[in-house]
Amino acid sequence: MHETISFTPQLMASPIAVIVWLIPALPIVAAGVASLLKQPKRKLSATLAIGAMCISFMLSLISFVHIVGEWMQGIAAREVVNITWIQIGTTNVDLGWVLDPLSAVMLVMVTFVGLLIFIYSTGYMKDDENYTRFFCFLSLFAGAMLGVVISNSILLLFMCWEIVGLTSYLLIGFWYQKPSAAAAAKKAFLTTRIGDVFFLLGIVWLFSQTGTLLFYNYGAGSMEAGALAGLLAQPAAWGLTAAGAIALLIFAGAAGKSGQFPLHVWLPDAMEGPTPVSALIHAATMVAAGVYLIARVYPLMAAGALAGGTTTALTVVTWVGAFTAVFAALIAVAQNDIKRILAYSTISQLGYMMAGLGMGGVAVGIFHLITHAFFKALLFLGAGSVIHGCHGEQDIRKMGGLKSDMPLTFLTYAIGMLALCGFPLLFSGFWSKDGILEAAEHWSVAKTPFYLLVFGALLTAFYMMRQVIYVFGGHWRGGKAAHESSTVMIAPLSFLAFFAIALGAIGTPAWPWFRAFLDGHAAAFNPHGFLEPGLPALMGISTVVVALGLFLGWRLYADRTPKPSQPDALEQIAPLPWGWLRDRLYVDELYGVTVIAFYRWWARVADWLDRRIWGGAVAGVVFAFALWARLNRFLDTNVVDGGFDKGCDELAVGGGLLSRVQSGRVQSYLRILALAVVLLAAFLIWSSMA
Amino acid sequence: MTPLASYLLVAALLFSIGLAGALTRRNAILVLIGIELMLNAANLNLIAFWRYGPHPERMTGMIFAIFSIAVAAAEAAVGLGLVIQIHRHAKTTDLDAMNRMKG
Repeated sequence: MHETISFTPQLMASPIAVIVWLIPALPIVAAGVASLLKQPKRKLSATLAIGAMCISFMLSLISFVHIVGEWMQGIAAREVVNITWIQIGTTNVDLGWVLDPLSAVMLVMVTFVGLLIFIYSTGYMKDDENYTRFFCFLSLFAGAMLGVVISNSILLLFMCWEIVGLTSYLLIGFWYQKPSAAAAAKKAFLTTRIGDVFFLLGIVWLFSQTGTLLFYNYGAGSMEAGALAGLLAQPAAWGLTAAGAIALLIFAGAAGKSGQFPLHVWLPDAMEGPTPVSALIHAATMVAAGVYLIARVYPLMAAGALAGGTTTALTVVTWVGAFTAVFAALIAVAQNDIKRILAYSTISQLGYMMAGLGMGGVAVGIFHLITHAFFKALLFLGAGSVIHGCHGEQDIRKMGGLKSDMPLTFLTYAIGMLALCGFPLLFSGFWSKDGILEAAEHWSVAKTPFYLLVFGALLTAFYMMRQVIYVFGGHWRGGKAAHESSTVMIAPLSFLAFFAIALGAIGTPAWPWFRAFLDGHAAAFNPHGFLEPGLPALMGISTVVVALGLFLGWRLYADRTPKPSQPDALEQIAPLPWGWLRDRLYVDELYGVTVIAFYRWWARVADWLDRRIWGGAVAGVVFAFALWARLNRFLDTNVVDGGFDKGCDELAVGGGLLSRVQSGRVQSYLRILALAVVLLAAFLIWSSMA
Repeated sequence: MTPLASYLLVAALLFSIGLAGALTRRNAILVLIGIELMLNAANLNLIAFWRYGPHPERMTGMIFAIFSIAVAAAEAAVGLGLVIQIHRHAKTTDLDAMNRMKG
């Protein structure tokens, strides 16, 4: 299961690897320029964002082709460019970027999906007055995610990670006039922040243990054998090694960003943002960052595993992933908001990715990440198109019959839906999900995750069928008639639909190109790959499960044309569990009465402390100073001023007396003078005699 | 009594007469005359101290006295000029009427 991957160290980075930094830099610069533009410069800001993304996409393609070329020659290339950012004593704070199969694949995915979403946004946000600001944020968002992807330094990764968090806050709260959007933005920011605190702890610990921030540095990086051996030798608490503990801390950060239970609560609320933002968050950027992080630090996650074995960190990742996959899929069954269903489906699929990473390694998880990015972007943009066509309506009970009103949207949406369900053979989702199921079946620790994931697949097929029938089947139940969206919105949908199908071709068991590419060994076409022991049975199981889910959905919802007021078909069968699921299994409420209640209480305590203790102390000091000032005023008015005034009066009186002597009569002056001379003479004579 | 003492006595008498005149007379011209008397008493002192002093061969005392007389002449000229101007202006030479310089 864990092949030993030996990447050839590249002593000199190729010119292509050296300019990889431009890929995230261009959108970030575009965002910076767009932030200086005035509001009416709509065309310019969109052109900047799309242009920068386009160039980034070209550069990504070049890097990808370069890496594939190296790989074809039998070199598993991992090219790193490191720079020292700050030097403190003998400690270097290093930044750097890495170009290897993992980052190359992610670069192409993020730039391509991002580009399509940008183009789609020009249509979707056409009437928004803050169009310029939107493209500024969107550019920064994509740029930060690209930064995460190329980082070779965990510090640089964390910085970009935080910019992703910031821009997600800005974009979810884009319509900040809506209180719900502002609240959702805050919730997303704070929830992911919880994970980030653990992530930061992990970073600090890793840095203190290994003394380097770099992942790969010609044998001296923290993800390379020397550092990992040191981490394994270092015990932490509860029987964990330092490697395991750090891996768990980093996973906590990834769980926050990737919406894993119990930090998933922000993701459904993030639907308050504009739909292209949802698509970007759910497909290409934000939530993918968590999964990508686990893949990036996979050597640390898997450190210490024996052949075919697993580690504590990977076991935790697997269980959390598998649980989240089913948990979110269950909730998705009973939601009525078109975007909320997709949001829960994203959480569920992220659970699949995590479980895939935990059980099958990097290639399995990342393959699902890539295929999911395409079909989830497709579904979200399709949902956006539906919402746009239905004049802002998001409740699927008030839609219906859009099959004929929006045929192109329906066609692409159906492809996305089948890919998400993992419809056999034709769609990419089938192959990527199959890889995860296969890994789960062979997992040495327990079989439960396998059953959970199979059940999740059944639920996925069911809720997607329900949604599609509600939205596109039956007859129109809303108010104003729906209309098809413009070409600029449909074109990206068609591209994504094409890839939602085609991407499956690179990951089939017969030609596991993707896996070989990521793992760094040669790919071979082997038609007998399908016939490996257990594989046909597994594919059979997954086909049956998907078909069963779709059939159940069809059976329950197809023959009805429910009114918005009418209870859901499933609600009629089982009202009680339906209520639980509709209320999202009360996780938000649980947090409300525990964490949030605690913080409320704590805030009250702090408020009390502030008012009584600190406020009292401050008031006491103020009172003392007021007394002191009063005393000073008394002294001032009575002693200082009084003395001065008295002195002035005396001077005036003295002056008045003296002025009388100056009578102007010369003879009186002379008289005084003569008298004074006589007195002086008398004094001199008397003193000389004495 | 030494010759110097008698000279000094005469000078003191002269000075006292001058001072009495300057203090008691109302007429400005008579006051000026009193001042002249006092000045001359001082001149007499200068001559006496020179003549009976340690170096009578040097001409210091006499020169000093001549300077003093010259200054007294100038002073008398200025004083009389002022008195004439005041007389023209106020039609009086009474000193008690001339009190406009009081502070």
